[in-house]
Amino acid sequence: MRSNGILRIVARFLIPLIMLFALYIQFHGEYSPGGGFQAGVVFAAAWILFALIYGLDAALDVIPERAMYVLMLLGVLIYAGVGVAGVILGGHFLDYRPLLDDPQYAQQLGIVTVELGIGITVSTVTMLIFTMFVQRKSESLESEPLESEEQD
Amino acid sequence: MLFAIYSLLSAALFAVLDAGDVALTEAAVGAGISTILMLALLALVPRQEADAPRPNWPALAVVALTGSVLIYATLDFPEFGNPDNPVQTHVGPYYVEETYNDMGIPNMVAAVLASYRSIDTMGEGFVILTAGLAVYALLGGRRRRPKAKTTKRENGAP
Amino acid sequence: MGWLGLFNYWIVVVLMMIGFYTVVSRGNMAKKIIGLNLFQTSAFIMFISAGKILGGSTPIYREGTEIYSNPLPHVLILTAIVVGIATTAVGLALAVRIHENFGSIEDDLLNEDDSDDETST
Repeated sequence: MRSNGILRIVARFLIPLIMLFALYIQFHGEYSPGGGFQAGVVFAAAWILFALIYGLDAALDVIPERAMYVLMLLGVLIYAGVGVAGVILGGHFLDYRPLLDDPQYAQQLGIVTVELGIGITVSTVTMLIFTMFVQRKSESLESEPLESEEQD
Repeated sequence: MLFAIYSLLSAALFAVLDAGDVALTEAAVGAGISTILMLALLALVPRQEADAPRPNWPALAVVALTGSVLIYATLDFPEFGNPDNPVQTHVGPYYVEETYNDMGIPNMVAAVLASYRSIDTMGEGFVILTAGLAVYALLGGRRRRPKAKTTKRENGAP
Repeated sequence: MGWLGLFNYWIVVVLMMIGFYTVVSRGNMAKKIIGLNLFQTSAFIMFISAGKILGGSTPIYREGTEIYSNPLPHVLILTAIVVGIATTAVGLALAVRIHENFGSIEDDLLNEDDSDDETST
C-alpha cells in the first residue's frame, strides 16, 4: 500500500478532514445527532486509515502506545470526576446542578464534559485494540521461519 | 464484505426510522470497526472452514421451533408506529417535553444519555475500558510458542 | 389490526433466527462471532422500530415540528452498539489466542484434542 500513489494522496487529503469531522460531531452533539461515541469511533477510524496506508510504526509515532494507555484511563476519570465534583459541591453523584449558578448552563457544562470523557476513552480503546491485533500479526510473521523447521 | 454491507443497510434502516444518532453510530461502528477487526482476525487464523458445508439438521429443527414460537409471540404486539403504544406513554413524552426547558439543548437523545441517565453511560465507559484492558491482557505480551504440545504429538503415545 | 402492522417484528424474528442458526450449526469460531453480531443487530432493529411514531421525526427539538419519535429506545441501543463492539473485540482476541495455542478454531478438532489428552493420562 505504500507505493500506491493515488491512495497516499487521497488519504493525505482525507485524514485531516475526517478528524475535523470527528471533533465537529463531538462538540456539536448537543444540537445535531452526535456525541461522544460517534466522535470517538470516527476519530479512531481516521487513525486506522493512517496506519493502513503509512504503516503501523508511522502511526505509532503520531500517537504512541503509552499515550493510549494514559488517555484510556483519563477519559473515564474525567467522567467520574464530574460525578464526584457534584457530590463535593453539595448535590448527588453526577448531579450537574451545583456546578454553576444558572441551571441550564450547569447542565450544558456537565453534558459537554462528560461526552468529552467518553469520546476520549472510546477513541483510544479502539486504536489500542487495532494496534494489539496488528502487532500480533507482525510477531507471527517474524516467528514463522522457525515454526516450519519444527514441524518436521 | 457482506458483513459490512449488512451493517450499512441496517444503518440506513435506522435513518429511515428517525433514529439519527443510532444510524450514525451503527454506520461508524458496524461498517467501520467491526469489519476491520474481522479482517484482522482472518489475517491471523486460517481462512477456510474445516469440513464441507452440510446442513445441520438438529440445529435447523431447533431454529425452526424457536422461530415459530417467537412469531406466535409477536401476534400480541401492538401495531407499528401507533402513538398510543404502551412504549410511548410512560417516560418518553416526559423527556420529549421537558428537555428543552431543563437543559436548553435540542438533542433529546444526548440529554437523556448524558444527564437524565448518566450513570448508565458511566457504566458503559467502564465496559469499554474493561474491553480494552482485556484485549491488552490477551494479546499484549510476547507470543510464546507452545513447545510441549508439538513434542507430545511427535513422540506418539507417552 | 391486520398482519401488515406486525411486519417489522417478523423481519426481526427472521434475522434473529438466521443469526441463531449461524451460531449453533457450525464449529468455526469466526462464524459464531459473525452470527452473534447478526443476532445483536436484529435486536436493535426491534427496539428502534418499536419506538417509532408514524408521522414523527428525529428527536431533536426544532421549530415547526410537533411529534417526535421516542428518544428512550435510541439511548438504549446506542449503549448496546458500543458494548457490542467491545464484546466482539474480546471474542476475536480469544479466538486468536486459541488458534495460537491449539492450532485451530474449529470446535470438533478442539474437542478431539481434549479427549486425546484425557485418554492418554
